[in-house]
Amino acid sequence: MTTRWFGEPVRRNEDPRFLTGEGTYVDDIHPPGTLQAAVLRSPIAHANITKIDVCAARALEGVVAVWTWEDLGDVFRPSPMSVPHESLTHPKTQYPLARDKVNYVGEPIAFVVAHDRYIAEDACDVIEVDFEPLPAVVDLEAAVAPDAILVHDDVPGNVAATLTQQVGDPDRAFAEADHVFTARLYLERGAGQPMETRAVLAQWDELEHVLTVWDTTQAPLSIRNGLAVLLGLPENGVRVVAPDVGGGFGTKIMMFYAEEVLVPLAAYKLRRPVKWVEDRREHLIASNHERGQLHESAIALRADGTILGVRDTFLHDTGAYTPYGIVVPIVTSTQLPGPYRIPNYFSESRTVYTNKVPVSPYRGAGRPHGVFVMERLIDLAAREMGMDRAEIRFKNFIAPDEFPYDVGLTFQDGAPTRYDSGNYQAGLAKVLSHIDYEGFPAYQARMRDEGRFIGLGMASYVEGTGIGPYEGAHVRVDGTAQKVVVATCVGTQGQGHETSFAQIVADELGIRPDQVEITTGDSRSMNWGSGTYASRSAVVTGNAVGVSARAVRAKAATIAAELFEANPADIEFENERVFVNGSPEYGLPLWDVAIVANPIRYAYGSQAAKAIAMRKQRPGPPLPDGDDPGLEARKYFSPAQAAFASGNHAAIVEVDPETGIVTILRYVAVHDCGRVINPMIVEGQVHGGVAQGIGGSFYERMVYTPEGQPLSTTFMDYLIPTAMEIPSIEVDHIETPSPLNPLGIKGAGEAGVIPVPALMAQALEDALSPWKVRVTELPLNPGEIRALVRAGIDPEHVNA
Amino acid sequence: MKPPPFKYVRPSDLNEVISLLSQHGEEARLLAGGQSLVPMLNFRLLRPSVLIDLNAVTHMDSLAVADGTLLIGSMVRQRTAERSPDVLITAPLVVQALRHVGHFQIRNRGTMGGSLMHSAPAAELPGVALLLEAQMVLRSSRGERVIQASDFFCGPFTTAADPDEILTEVRFHTPPGARTTFLEVARRSGDFALAGVAALARIDPETRVLKEVRLAAIGVSGGPVRLFQAEAVVTGRYATPEALRESGAAAADEVTPSTDLHASEDYRKRLLNVLVARALAEITTL
Amino acid sequence: MIVTERAVSVSVNGATYARTIPVRLLLSDFIRNELGLTGTHLGCEHGVCGCCTILLDGQAVRSCLMFAVQADGHELITVEGLAPAPGQLHPLQEAFRQEHALQCGYCTPGFLTTLIPFLESNRDPSELEIRQALSGNLCRCTGYQNIVKAVQRAAREMRTVEPGR
Repeated sequence: MTTRWFGEPVRRNEDPRFLTGEGTYVDDIHPPGTLQAAVLRSPIAHANITKIDVCAARALEGVVAVWTWEDLGDVFRPSPMSVPHESLTHPKTQYPLARDKVNYVGEPIAFVVAHDRYIAEDACDVIEVDFEPLPAVVDLEAAVAPDAILVHDDVPGNVAATLTQQVGDPDRAFAEADHVFTARLYLERGAGQPMETRAVLAQWDELEHVLTVWDTTQAPLSIRNGLAVLLGLPENGVRVVAPDVGGGFGTKIMMFYAEEVLVPLAAYKLRRPVKWVEDRREHLIASNHERGQLHESAIALRADGTILGVRDTFLHDTGAYTPYGIVVPIVTSTQLPGPYRIPNYFSESRTVYTNKVPVSPYRGAGRPHGVFVMERLIDLAAREMGMDRAEIRFKNFIAPDEFPYDVGLTFQDGAPTRYDSGNYQAGLAKVLSHIDYEGFPAYQARMRDEGRFIGLGMASYVEGTGIGPYEGAHVRVDGTAQKVVVATCVGTQGQGHETSFAQIVADELGIRPDQVEITTGDSRSMNWGSGTYASRSAVVTGNAVGVSARAVRAKAATIAAELFEANPADIEFENERVFVNGSPEYGLPLWDVAIVANPIRYAYGSQAAKAIAMRKQRPGPPLPDGDDPGLEARKYFSPAQAAFASGNHAAIVEVDPETGIVTILRYVAVHDCGRVINPMIVEGQVHGGVAQGIGGSFYERMVYTPEGQPLSTTFMDYLIPTAMEIPSIEVDHIETPSPLNPLGIKGAGEAGVIPVPALMAQALEDALSPWKVRVTELPLNPGEIRALVRAGIDPEHVNA
Repeated sequence: MKPPPFKYVRPSDLNEVISLLSQHGEEARLLAGGQSLVPMLNFRLLRPSVLIDLNAVTHMDSLAVADGTLLIGSMVRQRTAERSPDVLITAPLVVQALRHVGHFQIRNRGTMGGSLMHSAPAAELPGVALLLEAQMVLRSSRGERVIQASDFFCGPFTTAADPDEILTEVRFHTPPGARTTFLEVARRSGDFALAGVAALARIDPETRVLKEVRLAAIGVSGGPVRLFQAEAVVTGRYATPEALRESGAAAADEVTPSTDLHASEDYRKRLLNVLVARALAEITTL
Repeated sequence: MIVTERAVSVSVNGATYARTIPVRLLLSDFIRNELGLTGTHLGCEHGVCGCCTILLDGQAVRSCLMFAVQADGHELITVEGLAPAPGQLHPLQEAFRQEHALQCGYCTPGFLTTLIPFLESNRDPSELEIRQALSGNLCRCTGYQNIVKAVQRAAREMRTVEPGR
C-alpha cells in the first residue's frame, strides 16, 4: 500500500460548513411546532422537600406541561449504574426529578414544557417548593470525619468506595529507604465547559413509530439502548443522533443526565417535538464537574535517587452521586506511577459523597491529579536531596528496552496496566533541548539581576488510551456518487474525525480524503458501539475504519483480478483507479468496480453501462454463496488493552512577586501518540489540552460556600482563559508505534491537559525560589501566589 | 437565561424620557448600551416593569469641548469616546481607562452614562469621574441639577440620582499640565479589576517636585474612592521610589475592600499599594 | 407608546425582514429562531463568550445583549453573510481552514464576525493586537494560537488582494 494521506496535515473536511454557519448543532434543528423546555433546579445544596406546588405554573398561558416526579410513571427510577466495580459498595445514581430530597444545588425538581423557552422560564419562576434545609457536606475531610453529616442516610461515612491497589512490598521499601518525603496535595474542582452547552431535542414519528432524539451526547448508542429500555420501545424504535457537537471534553457523556430522559419522554407522551437547551448557568451548576482530590502521599528513595516506593492515599470528591462509578479515582491511582519504575506502590482512594454536582471524567480523567502527585513527590525529593530535577527523572524512567512494561496494576478497563511501547528518555531529552534547560540557569540569573523572576517547570506522564470493548465502522463505495461513505457511531465534538478517518480510507482505496464522507454519532447507521471517551476514537474506531476499508479493498481487488485475469495480490489502488501492478492500462475507476460489484443488469450513471459490460458471465447464481453485493464492509476492532501514549512538557513562566501575576513565556510539548494520522489535528488537540491545563492551574475553579452554594455560576466567575492568557505552544513529536493495533496509533485527545498543573507548580517554585515557595495545591490565583511569597522566608524583595 | 416579561418604550425625545420617568419612577429602567442591564435581565436578577430605551433619543450623544472641558453626552458609546481625538486631548485618562472596560465589542454598545449610572464597584469610569472631579448633569421633571462626582457615587450600584432622574451629560476637566494614567489588575483580559488606580499628577517643571497629585481607586470599596492620604504623602515631594512606596502604603491603609472568590481583602490592599506606586512611577518618569 | 410587542424591520445579510415580535425577545434568539440563521451561536447569554457576536451597522456586538426590537432599522451581518458567494470562503474563513483555527466550530462564527471589522481597521496587526482583539471571545478547543496564525494569514491575504487600501 502506498501511504499518502496518513501522516499528512490534511485540511479538514468539516471546516467549510462550520466556517459559513452551516454546521448543524442540536439547537439548530427546529422541527415545526417544537416546544421548549426548562428545568426547575434546587437552589439549596441539601434539603428535604416538603411540598411542590405547580398550579400557578400550569395555569400560565403558553405552558403545555409541568411535571414533577409524580408525573413520570415508570420512568421515575434511578439512572443505571453504567460502570459498576466491586469496590463501589455504595453506589448512588440520580432520579430524573427529585422526590423528597435534594442533594446539590442544581438538582432537577420540576420540568416545564411551553411554547418557548421564555415562557418555560416564567413557569419555573412560579413553581413553589417548600424545603426543610439540612446541613450540607462540602469539605472533603469534613465529609469523612467521624460525626459527619450524611449526604445519603444509608451511606455510612459518606464513602461510596474504598479502592486499594498494591505493587510489591511498600512497607519494606519505606523501611529500607535512605530518604522518605511526604506531601499533602490538592487539586480543586473544575469542569470541561464546552462552548456549546448540552441540548436534547426529541420527536416522535407517528408514521415510522420511531422516537428520534438529537442529543449532544458523546455516546449516542448508550443513550439509545437506555432510552429503549426506559420507554419500553424496541431498540430500532429509538434513534439517537449526536449531530455537530460544540465540544465535549467528557462532560457530555453521562448515562443519563435527567434531561436526556425527560425530553424524550415528553416528546413521546405529548406527541410533539420537545427541545431543551441548557443555558450557561445551568451548565455551570448542574452539568458534571471533575478534579477535586486531596492526596496524602509519600515517596521512598535510595541515596542515589532511585525510587523505591510510593504511597498515596486520597479522597476523591464524587459529588452527590456516582454516575460514572469510580473511573476517575481508578485512573488517578493507576496512572500516578507514570513513566517511572516504581517497584513498590500502595494506593488507597476513598470516593466521597458531598452535596455538590456529581463528578464524571473531564479531559484527563483523573490523570492530572495523579501526575500532579507523582511529579510533586519527585520535585520534593530532588530538592531535598540536592539532585537535578531532570537527572532524577532520567534515572527513574522505564527504559526503552523494558517494553512491554507491566506496572502491576489493574487499569480502568479491567486489563493490566501494561505499557505497550514508549521512549520517555527521548521525550524528556527533546523537550529539554527545545527549552534549553542547560542554558536556563544563566538566563534565570540574568533575569533576576533585572528584578524579574522566571522559573522553569517540566513534567512527564503516561496516558492509557484507546480502551475497548470495541468500535465498528461500515465502509461503502458509492459508485454513482463517486464517493466512499463511512458510518461510525462514536460522537464527534471537534476532533476532526471526518478528516482523520477519511485519510485512513483514502490510503486503502487510493482516493482523496475529500471523497470520503464520514457519518458519526447516528445510532441508525451502526447498531453496536460505545462512544467517544478515554482518548479512544482514533485508536478503536480509527482501526475499525482501517480494517473495514481493507476488507473493501480486498473485495475490490478480487473483482478487478477477475476482470483482468490477474492475481488479487497484484492489484493496485491509486488516483481513484484499480489496476494491475505494472500494467495501468488494465484497470478501471474504483467507482466502476463498485458498480460491477452489484450483479444487477442495469445501473445508473454515465460510466455504468461500460462497467456492466465488463462483467463476465459465470456459471452459477449471479451472487455466489458467501458473497455480498456491492463494495462494502462492516468490521469491528477490539483492542486487547489500552495503548499507552506519553508526553513530556516544559515551560518557562514569569511571576511578579508583588502582584502574584503569572505570565507564561514559553511552553513546549513533546508528545508520543504512536503513529500520527494527522499532525495538524494532533497538535491542535495538544494546544487545546494545554490551554485547559493552564486554566486549571491559574484560572478555573468551582467554588462552593460552606453551605454548598456554588459561586462559579457565570463566565465572569468561572474563568476560561482567553487569547491573552494562553501562550503559543510549541509541539514536537516522537513516535513509538503501538503494537496493539494495525495502525500503530495511540490516543491523543486528552494528552495536553495532563501534565500542566504538575509543571506549573514546579515552575512557580523555581521562579519564586528566593522565597522558598512550596506549591501544594492548584489552581492558585494571583492573591494566593502573592500570599505564598509573603509566607516565604526572604521577604526583603517586596515592599509590602 | 431569558429575560422576564417587561413593557418597552422607545422615546425619541429627552422630554418624553423625563415624563416617562416621572410616571414610572422605580418601576422603570433606562436601557442605554445594555451591556450590564441585559445580562442582569437574562439572569432575572432584575424585573423592571418598563424598559425605557434611550437609543433613539436625539441629542444625547454629543461630544464637545468648551474652555478645555470635555462635555460628553451620556449616550456616547464608550468605543466612540475611546477613539475620539477630542477626548484624548482634553481627558486622556478617559481613553486610558476605557481600554480596560470589557472588550471592544462591549464598548461598541456600552455608553459613558450607562457605566456611570450603573456604578459597579470595579467599574473604571466612575474612578475616572471621581479623579477628574467630573460634573454630572441630571435632568428630571423638576429641572436640571449638576452634582460633583464626589457626591454622585454612593456605594455599590448606587448613585445620588433620584429614580426619576436621568444623567444627560458628564463634564470632564483635566488640570493643565497634568499627566494621567490608569492601571488595573484583572484576573483575565477584560475582566472587572481586582483593584485599579487612576492617577493624575503635575510636576513643577523647575523643581521636579510633585505639585498636585490625585489618586482614585476602583475595586477596593463599594464604589470609587479618592485616596486622600496617599495623595498627601507624596504631594510636595520628589517622586523618589521611597515616596511612591509610602504613598502606596498609605493607599492600602485608607481602603477596606471586600473578599470574594477572586481576591481577598488583604490581597486587594496589597495590590492597590503596588498599583499606586507603579502608577505614580509611570507618570513621573516620563 | 409602551408595548409588549412591536413591529420591526431589519436588514440581515442584505435581505430585509419584517416581523412583529415580543419586546423581550433577544436579538440572538430573533436571528436564530425567527430568521433561521443558526450560524450565530449562544454560549453564555451574558456577554462574556462572544459566540453570538454579529455585525450591527458594521460593528461587532453581542447579539445576546440586545433586544431584537432595538435592531429595528439597522443593518446586520451574520456569519452566513461573510462569504462572497455560496461555495466560496472569505479570505478570513479560508485562513481559518488553512491554519486549523477551529475544532468543534461552535465559537468560530463569533470569532469571524469579531475579526472582520478588526482587520478592516488594522491591516497589519501585531500578535499582541490580534490577541487583544480576540480576548473577548472564548474558544475551548484550540488554545487560540492557530486562530492568531489564521488572522496573520488573513491579514497578509487581504493586503495582497487590496494592496491600495
